[in-house]
Amino acid sequence: MTKLTGSSIRRLVSLLALGGALVVTGQAGAQDNPRDPYEGFNRTMYSVNEALDKYAARPVAQAYDAGVPLPVKASVGNFFGNVGELWIGANSAMQGKPRDAGTGFARLFINSTVGIFGLFDVASEMGLERFNEDFGQTLAVWGVNDGPYLFLPVIGPRTSRDLAGWAVDSFADPVSHISPESVRLGTSVVRFVDIRAGLLPADKIIDEAALDKYAYIRDAYLQRRNNLIHDGRPPRMDD
Amino acid sequence: MIKHLSAIFLAALLSFSAHATEAPDALVKRVSGEVLDIVRQDKDIRNGDIQKIVALVDAKVLPHFNFQRMTSLAVGRDWRSASAAQKTRLQSEFKMLLVRTYANALTSYSNQRIVFRPFRMRDGETEAVVRSEVVQPGAQSVQIDYWLELADGQWKVFDVVVAGISLVTNYREQFAREVRDGGIDGLIASLAAKNKSLEVAANNRTAR
Repeated sequence: MTKLTGSSIRRLVSLLALGGALVVTGQAGAQDNPRDPYEGFNRTMYSVNEALDKYAARPVAQAYDAGVPLPVKASVGNFFGNVGELWIGANSAMQGKPRDAGTGFARLFINSTVGIFGLFDVASEMGLERFNEDFGQTLAVWGVNDGPYLFLPVIGPRTSRDLAGWAVDSFADPVSHISPESVRLGTSVVRFVDIRAGLLPADKIIDEAALDKYAYIRDAYLQRRNNLIHDGRPPRMDD
Repeated sequence: MIKHLSAIFLAALLSFSAHATEAPDALVKRVSGEVLDIVRQDKDIRNGDIQKIVALVDAKVLPHFNFQRMTSLAVGRDWRSASAAQKTRLQSEFKMLLVRTYANALTSYSNQRIVFRPFRMRDGETEAVVRSEVVQPGAQSVQIDYWLELADGQWKVFDVVVAGISLVTNYREQFAREVRDGGIDGLIASLAAKNKSLEVAANNRTAR
């Protein structure tokens, strides 16, 4: 795994370096959103991602969504949910929420056994709620600020803090430790397609609702993260 | 007979005034229940008949929304510099954009369930949040929060927050940039153009 991680980190670093170069040129455009200081670079990366999505990710996700029966899709989603449960519980614990952490570990135990390797989400039916936690949220609870907003191809929107959190999440991800590389790669691809397919209904709404898709996605992402950090109850911020 | 009729009339009047002071959670539950009942029974709506959907939303949903507050929230600081005429146009264009965009979501309704979270509000409060969750088999549930305010004895929704994303304030940066580039009139023109393109797309869809 280190080989793959190493090369992808190197790729990320070179991408960021490229970003730095673009930022310098981009700043002439007088972008004045303080949360998005690298807007020029981000918009370029956003168009790259749009192209990748249009010709690769979305068609595959659409085929998956149309061709795979619902119970199978549900099991795929449940399986990856279960794989992430231990790390979710760990993050709850690190954020000082031992009860949520306990729920997470109970979910992992129940779904891995009664739920047959996580294929069925028995725990939810028993009323054990699934929480949405990751290391970026943990860092936020520990007092780390958002930092500049970044949009990267394939990875998508991230604040700087959440990009760091995501790197830690990837390291803690059981899938990244699967040993034959082909199986690890295959599993990662299935998970990516499952996540992308889950976002298909949002595509149309964003297309129709946004005056500027880039800004709409950025602000939706920032709101969504703020909501998750506050566990669904962020303070209301109007003028 | 007359006595009987006046009793019915009185009952009707009473139920009307009961609606007028309906609590925020009861209001949201009643309206969403009524709308979903209609969607469930109406094949045309589920097949994407946009005219019928807009009519339903117009009749059932819009009376419970405060579009002036919503528009001023979306526009932010620049709202104060808009003239009365500009405010009216902004409001009607923004309303059309939201209706066109989100009315479509009704067509994808199938067998989701809406679960309301326990509602709490202190006496005398003029703002309230009704929290709900859309539960669907085989997918993560989606949190939907309705923000309401009390004005003239009626609760009206001024924001809908889906999965933590406000459908209203998410426009703020986009609107601010339009105003910076072309003033309030520039924003109005952009909204009108967007609505026009959505209308053309919808017409093409029904023509096909």
